Amino acid sequence: MKGRELYQIWVYLAETPLLWLTATLIAYVIGERISRGFSRHPLANPVIIATALLVTLLAVTGTPYPDYFAGAQFIHFLLGPATVALAIPLWRNRTQVRRNLLPMVAALLAGSLTAVASAVAIAWMLGAPREILASLAPKSVTSPIAMALAEPLGGIPALTAVLVVLTGVLGAVVVTPLMNLMRIRDFAARGFAAGVASHGLGTARAFQVSEEAGTFAGIALGLNGAMTAIIFMFASLFL
Amino acid sequence: MLEALTLLFVCQLAGEALVRLSGLSFPGPVLGMAIMLGVIAIAGRTGANLERVADTLLKNLSLLFVPAAVGVIQQIDLLAANWLAVIGAVVGSTVLTLIVTVYVFRAVARAISRP
Repeated sequence: MKGRELYQIWVYLAETPLLWLTATLIAYVIGERISRGFSRHPLANPVIIATALLVTLLAVTGTPYPDYFAGAQFIHFLLGPATVALAIPLWRNRTQVRRNLLPMVAALLAGSLTAVASAVAIAWMLGAPREILASLAPKSVTSPIAMALAEPLGGIPALTAVLVVLTGVLGAVVVTPLMNLMRIRDFAARGFAAGVASHGLGTARAFQVSEEAGTFAGIALGLNGAMTAIIFMFASLFL
Repeated sequence: MLEALTLLFVCQLAGEALVRLSGLSFPGPVLGMAIMLGVIAIAGRTGANLERVADTLLKNLSLLFVPAAVGVIQQIDLLAANWLAVIGAVVGSTVLTLIVTVYVFRAVARAISRP
């Protein structure tokens, strides 16, 4: 009898958005705790931990992704307003931004083109089909933008979302050791590179390293979203 | 609080609407960010509530990527069939982009500081 009651409670809860919304928050809180426990080591990334926990949970309970997303979409939705919110640190740091305007514009152009062209070129050389190439091309910009850009070129928005997160996590893991190896001590430049290459997740990492790096990463994330959209607009004229 | 959040939504909505109306393939949230920046520039300041809402959203930015990341569960077949190209492109391109961006930033910054 007990088991049957539990099953009924499960069936009821699984149908409301509350269950997977809450599960996502709990998984992330656990990921955050573990990340802090390892004193923010780049490999103990809260997104990797939360995703692994949730994927395991979905697999064990046999929950299809659309059912999960019905609840989790409320979190996903906030990516749009969060993108708009980037205007605030941009305004707050306008004097720094103006002072570094020229290096930023040059680095943005170079980085944005490198991100799109190198991803497509490498995947093409390794034999990826067109849908993969189109899904990969905008991988360095934040997901709502990347998904909107990939679709008209024949990409799969859901795949793009995954590739965007993969790129973000990788950038967050690799940026600090790589910059130390290159002996770059300019935190504005380091942060800016993190934002161009790996959007919001690179930005989150940069904020952990230094406030200055995080600010420039946030600016880069916003600017690269716009820049990549412009590259795609021009590219679509020739494709 | 509520007003600040509403302002963010209004800017995004305006951005999305303008993109639809113009028929340009430009992301609405980015245009929304530009509109938000315009609004702040006209007002000449941001206000404590807007700062607080924006900082809360941006401080927890990583969380917002989790629902999309869990989508990996649906793409496993496609990823497995193309794993080499995907891993090669993501790793190669991300490292290359970091190096190119930071190098160009430093090179230009040095060039202007030494006229």
